[in-house]
Amino acid sequence: MASGELAVQAEGVRKSYGRFEALRGIDLEVVKGQVTCLIGPSGSGKSTLLRCINHLEKVTAGRLSVDGDLVGYRQHGGRLYELRDKEVCAKRAKIGMVFQRFNLFPHMTALENVSLGPICVKHESKAVAETRARQLLDRVGLADKITSYPSQLSGGQQQRIAIARALAMEPGLMLFDEPTSALDPELVGDVLDVMRGLAEDGMTMIVVTHEMGFAREVGDALVFMDAGVVVEIGQPREMLANPQNERTRSFLAKVL
Amino acid sequence: MTSFEPAGAHEARPAGGAITAVPVRHPGRWVTGAIVVLLAAMLVHTLAFSWTYRGGVHQPRFQWNVIGQYFATRPVLLGLEITIELTVLAMAIGISLGILFAVMRLSPNPLVSSASWLYIWFFRGTPVLVQLFFWEFISYLYPQLTVGVPFGPAFFHFSANTVVTAFSAAVIALGLNEGAYMAEIVRAGILSVDEGQTEAAHALGMTRGQTLRRIVLPQAMRVIIPPTGNETISMLKTSSLASVIGVAELLFSVQLIYARTYQIVPLLMVACIWYLIVTTILSVGQYYVERHFAKGALRELPPTPYQRLRRRVAVFDLRQENTILEIDSLGRPGTGL
Repeated sequence: MASGELAVQAEGVRKSYGRFEALRGIDLEVVKGQVTCLIGPSGSGKSTLLRCINHLEKVTAGRLSVDGDLVGYRQHGGRLYELRDKEVCAKRAKIGMVFQRFNLFPHMTALENVSLGPICVKHESKAVAETRARQLLDRVGLADKITSYPSQLSGGQQQRIAIARALAMEPGLMLFDEPTSALDPELVGDVLDVMRGLAEDGMTMIVVTHEMGFAREVGDALVFMDAGVVVEIGQPREMLANPQNERTRSFLAKVL
Repeated sequence: MTSFEPAGAHEARPAGGAITAVPVRHPGRWVTGAIVVLLAAMLVHTLAFSWTYRGGVHQPRFQWNVIGQYFATRPVLLGLEITIELTVLAMAIGISLGILFAVMRLSPNPLVSSASWLYIWFFRGTPVLVQLFFWEFISYLYPQLTVGVPFGPAFFHFSANTVVTAFSAAVIALGLNEGAYMAEIVRAGILSVDEGQTEAAHALGMTRGQTLRRIVLPQAMRVIIPPTGNETISMLKTSSLASVIGVAELLFSVQLIYARTYQIVPLLMVACIWYLIVTTILSVGQYYVERHFAKGALRELPPTPYQRLRRRVAVFDLRQENTILEIDSLGRPGTGL
């Protein structure tokens, strides 16, 4: 598995909120071009790990790097220097993130939501950004919803716009934080189809999910987390069929 | 409604399927309605048709003729103009300071947030009338205003009395006072925006400033605008306090007139009516501004009064068409419902 180039590398990553330790020493390698699915009971630290990768949360201890660079710090002469706001933003711009609650900007139309990042962060012209936004909305199957506001759309449509919004920044890595958990069952399929298409195009993806079917079909690696540590890593099909660890087994028995 | 259908559905249905039922009687409504009509009649009577002895003369209680005589005179209109200028300038300062101090209050830098707290504490904690006097008499504290480096060289001197006129003292006092209230209103607005919005903006790579300007503030506006409209209307009336330091605004102008003519109440009525007129205009403006910032938060914007009127006319037309259809299909004049 460690043959390809690494998109994300975590060594002994810890994150605590006051006394509570959400991550208690995570070791993980995510290979470029692969889809890594994170599963585990709620409160196991999956979302926290995802949020640490694009520095929405600061890591307390350990080393976490994306594309070979430390997240949030610069190393110089054996010392760590915290990155400035601008530098953090530049790094985040290369990582797309999709949230459980969509978090679309409600005061903007679908087109404005998708074109905002390129205009604001990459300083593209409005015309260029909107042309690409149209293409992306077409790709997620919402070419006819360009002028709609998020409140006029279903959850599934909103989530697909959120994916288009993240893709507009042309990220090298996409993070999905339970992208289908807030959706009605019949809307889940459309979103998963879009994600499947992305995986086929070779996008590096880290997906926190409860969709075991998606993990089995699309995932290249499956990571089971519990209580802030990685319990088991494996090839999804094998691991789902034949989990090695006792905790993995009891979790899968409950959700499958 | 006794209908089991979604609201409005039965309107589109032909008369045949509509439910006919004896509506619930509401005798209480008739009683309260009658009381309101009675009170309204008393109000009209006392305003327009009642007379009184004043100075041994039998004359109308409200001297509408006097009110009319002074209503649109030049001094009154000039006073109104100053009142509006005071309101606009003080609100402009208030809103700008409000945004500044709200953002400062939420700053991670403790010195910056305490400075904001201190400002709000002082200007919200002292009466605005006292603040007005304070700025009027600022030359007592600072006869000379000096631009320079603290404890160092000075570059310019002004006499405070030439810079701080009664009008500018009123603008500064009202603006600074308003800034403290607006800061709290803006802060509440910023806090009302879901944290997920900031996260989503950060995840796109937007800076803190960009996130505030393009994501947080536009959404906070929905919460900020209604109380700001209130504040503007309140400021219009509070600006009358400036009369005590001799600013020739609306109240001061009518005071000058009644000091001469002794027609105190009619001239106060003139001022009141003007305040009401401007307040009404501001309320209408507020309605449309609120509507603008509701964009995206509501699935469909509520109709403006004009649109509502047109829709009502359209529904009326539709009913007539239905009636005609009914006549045609039955081949005889419709019997109605």
